Amino acid sequence: MTTMAIVTDGAAKRRATRRSGRDILFTALGVAFLAIMLFPVYWMFNASLQPSGNTLTASLLPLNPSFAGYEKAFADQGPNLVTSLVISVGTVVFSLAIAAPAAYALAQFRYRWINVALLAVLIAQMIPGVVIANALYAAYNDLGMLNSIPGLILADATHAIPFSIMILRAFMMSVPPSIIEAARVDGAGHVRAFWSIVLPVAKNSLITAGLFAFLFSWSDFLFALTLTTTDDITPVTLGIYQYLGTQVANWSAVMATAVLSSIPAIVLLVIAQRYIAAGATGGAVK
Amino acid sequence: MTTTATAPAVSAQRTPTARPTSRFRREGVVKAMFLAPAALYILLFFGYPVVKNLVMSFQEYTTKTFFTGEAPWVGWENYATVVNSGLFWPAMLNTALFTVGSIAGQFVIGLALAVFFRRRFPLSGFLRAMLLLPWLLPLIVSSATWRSILDQDSGILNEFLASVGLGAVPWLNSPDVALIAVILVNIWIGIPFNVTILYGGLQDIPEELYEAAALDGATGWKSFWHITLPNLRPVINVVLVLGVVYTLKVIDIILGLTNGGPANATQTIAIRSYQSSFVDFEFGVGAAFSNILILISLVFAIFYLRGNRKQVDE
Repeated sequence: MTTMAIVTDGAAKRRATRRSGRDILFTALGVAFLAIMLFPVYWMFNASLQPSGNTLTASLLPLNPSFAGYEKAFADQGPNLVTSLVISVGTVVFSLAIAAPAAYALAQFRYRWINVALLAVLIAQMIPGVVIANALYAAYNDLGMLNSIPGLILADATHAIPFSIMILRAFMMSVPPSIIEAARVDGAGHVRAFWSIVLPVAKNSLITAGLFAFLFSWSDFLFALTLTTTDDITPVTLGIYQYLGTQVANWSAVMATAVLSSIPAIVLLVIAQRYIAAGATGGAVK
Repeated sequence: MTTTATAPAVSAQRTPTARPTSRFRREGVVKAMFLAPAALYILLFFGYPVVKNLVMSFQEYTTKTFFTGEAPWVGWENYATVVNSGLFWPAMLNTALFTVGSIAGQFVIGLALAVFFRRRFPLSGFLRAMLLLPWLLPLIVSSATWRSILDQDSGILNEFLASVGLGAVPWLNSPDVALIAVILVNIWIGIPFNVTILYGGLQDIPEELYEAAALDGATGWKSFWHITLPNLRPVINVVLVLGVVYTLKVIDIILGLTNGGPANATQTIAIRSYQSSFVDFEFGVGAAFSNILILISLVFAIFYLRGNRKQVDE
């Protein structure tokens, strides 16, 4: 008995040591892969802090960091960052207001043509942005909506609305109909049941969809490029593109703007990691 | 619209008992109201552009149209302009190379990383999450960053090559390498998406399959070929088709890196469409280009829908 116990104990210990050795190896490999993948992101930070504004003299580490690039970036692109923020928040609100009720209906109401509706949403996601831009330019021109924030919000929502409908529907499918039925029996209408039962339950999926709506809109470049003709409304992505045309001699300012534009993605990835992961996998199910 | 037309019929069918007609008609209207904004939005911002592009592609639609309001019908002339432009076939070839190269690179590296991260080891979840970063950055930010890295004279990549005794490569300045450089950057951008989806697929393969195979002596490569790949096939289909559809329409990356140059070496159908419409202001020609793009996407979308039908029917 006792010898048996000792033997198994020793084997387990040996296995444990072998495992921890492999653990360390795999963690080291994982860190190495991540370092290679994220090197460009590091380089963006590094280049943004280079004093001369020139990557020619860039050292591997920003040992003498200079904030001249950030000063120029803030001076030139500060208002554009605000414009991007306004447009992105607007897109989040607008997209969720449109997508959440639709997702609820597609998840909980029984329609015979539901597959047709889902197909339409699916295909909508595949339409190239340049097709939408081409038609919207003509339409916006007639309606006086070029160079306007509402115009860009409406256009940016083309990324967010189909995606949000799919993500939110997938979640709302898992809301048990019984709790909705219970509310209905108590006399609540569809609107009431949706507002005070379903939305609170679906909070996490709303956050996920909202985060992605923000990121999509914040990253939009094509609509910013095509649906503006003057410098009145310049989202920061367009600001970077203009920099690439005029400021390539001053890489530290370009890279400082790039860093500032990356902040939402980095913050969301660190703080809201699980929502981002949920959206990333949910995005594939669409 | 269809929503208002069908909704009352559905509710009538569900409650055949004698209730006041107005009651379930109102119920139908309320239900329809949940969908109406989304239906209207999709009609205006997806349906209208597709139809408008089709119409525009048969019109002489230029800057003049915005002043005169006239867009004369020209039949297939825009399509003839497109095909005879001398840039059409090179752009088709570039689109094909860009798409195939990007997808192949993203998929192989993505699958390798997904398999790697399937093992449980300390920090694996955290490292995998951080791997998503390149996917979340605005594409134009990635383009700008890579443009500084790939710069011929001062970029870090050439500096590195020089330090190991290799010559400088004119990554973005030479027509011979520019397309390769653009593909490499697009591979980098696409890896996180591939890892995430493929990792999700790997999680769904039951562990017992591997255990059973191990008893039969299949481990390592053998179990990868005979268990992982066959079981992953539905997910692989989704990743590949979505990848193709997304890659076909890429504009930001190429505009940010090369603007379609040098010497049109990185012109794709999507870039041609953008430049015809918004640089040359020939919207009819741009529409013709983008309709060709839709047509190509559609072929792949049908593959996707066929593969995905089970999921949608569920």
